[in-house]
Amino acid sequence: MNLHVASAPDPKRLAFERTWADPPGWRGRCAAIDHKTIGRRYLVTAFAFFLLGGALAAVMRVQLARPGHPLLGPDLYNQVFTTHGTTMMFLFAVPVMQGLGIYFVPLMVGARSIAFPRLVAYSYWMFLFGGLFLYTSLLLNAGPDVGWFSYPPLAESLYAPSKRADVWAQLITFTEVASLAVAVALVTTVFKLRTPGMTLNRIPAFVWAQVVTSFMVMFAMPAVMLASTALILDRLVGTHFFDVEQAGDALLWQHLFWFFGHPEVYIIFIPGSGLVSTIVTTFSRRHLFGYLAVVLSLVSTAFMGFGLWVHHMFATGLPQLGESFFTAASIMIAIPTGIQIFCWIATMWSGRVSVKAPMLWILGFFAIFVAGGLTGVMLAAVPLNTQLHDTFFVVAHFHYVLIGGAVFPLFAGFYYWYPKITGYLLSERRGRWVFGLLFTGFNLTFFPMHVLGLHGMPRRIYTYLPEMGWGPLNVLATGGVLLMACGVLLFVFDALAARASVGAEAGDDPWGAGTLEWATSSPPPPGNFPSPLTAGGREPLWDNPPDQPVVVGLRPGVRDVLVTHVLDAEPDHRQKFPDPSPWPLLTAIATTGLFVGSIFTPWAVVWGSIPVFITMVGWFWPRSASDGGTRPWPVAGRTLPAPGELPAAGGAI
Amino acid sequence: MAPGEVVQSVLEPAGPHAAAIRHLWLLMLWTSVAVFVAVLVLAGAALVFGIRARRHGGPPHGSEHLLGKAVGGAVVLTCIVLIGLLVASVWTGRHVASLRADGAVTVSVTGHQWWWEVEYEDVRPSRRALTANELHVPLHRSVVIKVTSRDVIHSLWIPNLQGKRDLIPGYTTAIWLQADQPGRFRGQCAEFCGLQHAHMAFDVVAEPDAEFEGWLERLRQPAQPPAGEVAQHGLELFSTRRCASCHTIRGTEAAGQVAPDLTHVASRLTLGSGTLPNTPSHRRAWIADPQKPKPGNQMPPNPLPEEEMSALGAYLDTLR
Repeated sequence: MNLHVASAPDPKRLAFERTWADPPGWRGRCAAIDHKTIGRRYLVTAFAFFLLGGALAAVMRVQLARPGHPLLGPDLYNQVFTTHGTTMMFLFAVPVMQGLGIYFVPLMVGARSIAFPRLVAYSYWMFLFGGLFLYTSLLLNAGPDVGWFSYPPLAESLYAPSKRADVWAQLITFTEVASLAVAVALVTTVFKLRTPGMTLNRIPAFVWAQVVTSFMVMFAMPAVMLASTALILDRLVGTHFFDVEQAGDALLWQHLFWFFGHPEVYIIFIPGSGLVSTIVTTFSRRHLFGYLAVVLSLVSTAFMGFGLWVHHMFATGLPQLGESFFTAASIMIAIPTGIQIFCWIATMWSGRVSVKAPMLWILGFFAIFVAGGLTGVMLAAVPLNTQLHDTFFVVAHFHYVLIGGAVFPLFAGFYYWYPKITGYLLSERRGRWVFGLLFTGFNLTFFPMHVLGLHGMPRRIYTYLPEMGWGPLNVLATGGVLLMACGVLLFVFDALAARASVGAEAGDDPWGAGTLEWATSSPPPPGNFPSPLTAGGREPLWDNPPDQPVVVGLRPGVRDVLVTHVLDAEPDHRQKFPDPSPWPLLTAIATTGLFVGSIFTPWAVVWGSIPVFITMVGWFWPRSASDGGTRPWPVAGRTLPAPGELPAAGGAI
Repeated sequence: MAPGEVVQSVLEPAGPHAAAIRHLWLLMLWTSVAVFVAVLVLAGAALVFGIRARRHGGPPHGSEHLLGKAVGGAVVLTCIVLIGLLVASVWTGRHVASLRADGAVTVSVTGHQWWWEVEYEDVRPSRRALTANELHVPLHRSVVIKVTSRDVIHSLWIPNLQGKRDLIPGYTTAIWLQADQPGRFRGQCAEFCGLQHAHMAFDVVAEPDAEFEGWLERLRQPAQPPAGEVAQHGLELFSTRRCASCHTIRGTEAAGQVAPDLTHVASRLTLGSGTLPNTPSHRRAWIADPQKPKPGNQMPPNPLPEEEMSALGAYLDTLR
């Protein structure tokens, strides 16, 4: 591969942009595979689900504001709290973080595209259709009502005879297919498409976080897919996995579910901590202190995250020795998180800090997340857990952890990257208001819940008796929701209005940040980098010597991508990437038919697989060798073609 | 304790187990407060140093070497604190799970959607005693509660006495508790169990040994034969209408097995598993339409004529 200094002349750049652009118009939108388009769609859709899930939460808070409130009956309340939890977990938290990954990981590693762009497009459609399916069901009074954890036997057909539990189980299948596809694409992007020079120890912390998360997705999601499929089989064809009457086991579900469910928390939090590392670095104007320790903390968190699921089951009466092991593991996971927090503090301590809007959210993160982590240590202790488990104390705890650990960093990320995505800065003044409202509202809503839990208020109750004395604190909590709602609406207004405000043009690098996404224009052109930069350090824009080479040798009129080696990102070969295609959308529609149909009859799996097969044939139809194919040159040990040699033909992922 | 006052709190222990857990809570709480303040002070200081370094230029605060030592020290300190908490947790856990078993009262609690079946065990099967939604425990004596469920998963929780334990169909497990203070403590289902999870509570009455034994002896007796014509009519209604297809009144023909035993229903504190105070008028209202205070529960409405309702009510009033 030729590497030397070059500047891209204009006509070449136009050709380059034409090559990488998604086709125009309606049909082009259906065929789009640009990772920035897909990433934007993911972010906007997930945020819409965040608003919906938040609205459901507000309704619940109004219901609980006073004892015996007749607003929602138990039937509707159960649908609402189940849909709230399911939405926030599966349709907001995981997809929004993956959306950031889809948009920014290729940019941050200096790649022109995400790996497997068609697969990523397919994953978006699956995510969207899954979400629409859930909310259509809710509108049809068929929203799931057995909790986002869907414990059998309550979720078995004997106790949940309607289709509601099936809707939940299939929503899981939709979203897990989507997130598995994204995980595979992100890992491949980071391992094979990094720009030359970006060795493993120069990968930005946020990208590391995405890699670690993606591996967790690959190991955790199959557990819940297995469990939900077994549940559907119990309900649809009468198997007896969890059916106690027929020698099934109710606890088996809990093990399978929490083997996914606990890592899920870290799947949400680890990208959040990646955001914190990135933003603290930029606004402290120095490299991250203890980069290696932070990255290893992420990795060890991921490993440990799989070893503490039983702390969700301390009340089931497991043997004490086993419980002590899981207590120790749950407490131990505080150590890598502590290491990260100390490294962030050290970074600010020795940096030159400016407190712009993104940084404000990071400071809010510190306060809220540390509090949530400490209540987490309390809940790891078996005796205390048996008192606090399934009370409002736990509700308070995990909202502190998830909103503090993921949503606050996410808002920091929104303020940080909004200019890169749109080309416009968000208002600094309104940003302070949004932060103030959300921070105050959040603490007003969730802090009282600690006290409510200690005073015996269980979770998932649709009402309570006046003599319980829980009224006043519940009113306070409901009041806090009002502030949070104002904050979120102001943010939405700000995001829509930014384009119209004067002087909000961002330029390429408004924060003076050092990672590669800031090296291209805002918003980035199709194909991201007309001349991909190489990486001369962890923050290439800070570290690169002025004569740092760029990547050349990628044809402007072809979707050429440079594939590099895993460890040191040395150039390996160039590969032609697939063109935009409507087949991923058509495949997603066919898959949706199969999934939704299988709620009603097992035959839907048989007949529904035919359209899936046909659309996949369309998707993977081999192209002629002269078109370039997509497989690398076939001879082992060689990275460039022999004169006149054509690559092997291949389908397009 | 004032009548009608509801006690359901982790922070007011009435027995050794809840007290031990409260000690652990206080240790954790104050440790956490200290850690929280320390971390925020450090972050605040870092912020101030960082902002100053930017405003005034000059070299940044702290050398990499010193900072590395500080971070390492903080991590070591974190580990020490966490190990301390782990030891405290395991020690409390041992304490909470162990109890002297001699002279213990053994009670089986079975969860149903949405009520609690309570059976006091005895070495002589004929001396077993059955009730619902109410536990009486003698002061200063160990109580073993064996739990399981007939339908979905529930969770037994009496915060003033002990941590919770899930009632899982197909599994029987046991917890121990002991009350050292007399009083009425409320417990509530803590595992989501369907429509009426919110109204699945019960009462625990802790009383001196003599009172407890008297109560238990009364519970073992069958129902008194109805005194007077109205009550007699009430019993006939109970046996001939659908009441008896679900409920049992020992000593009569009514022997339904799917709903709470009503042999001594008038002596209980609440109706509908903690939904209403158990007064004669609430009993009548409950029979007429149990779906109103507790929508979705398994008992259908019984729109009886006024005369039949008062006869039935009069009979139930005698079941003390």
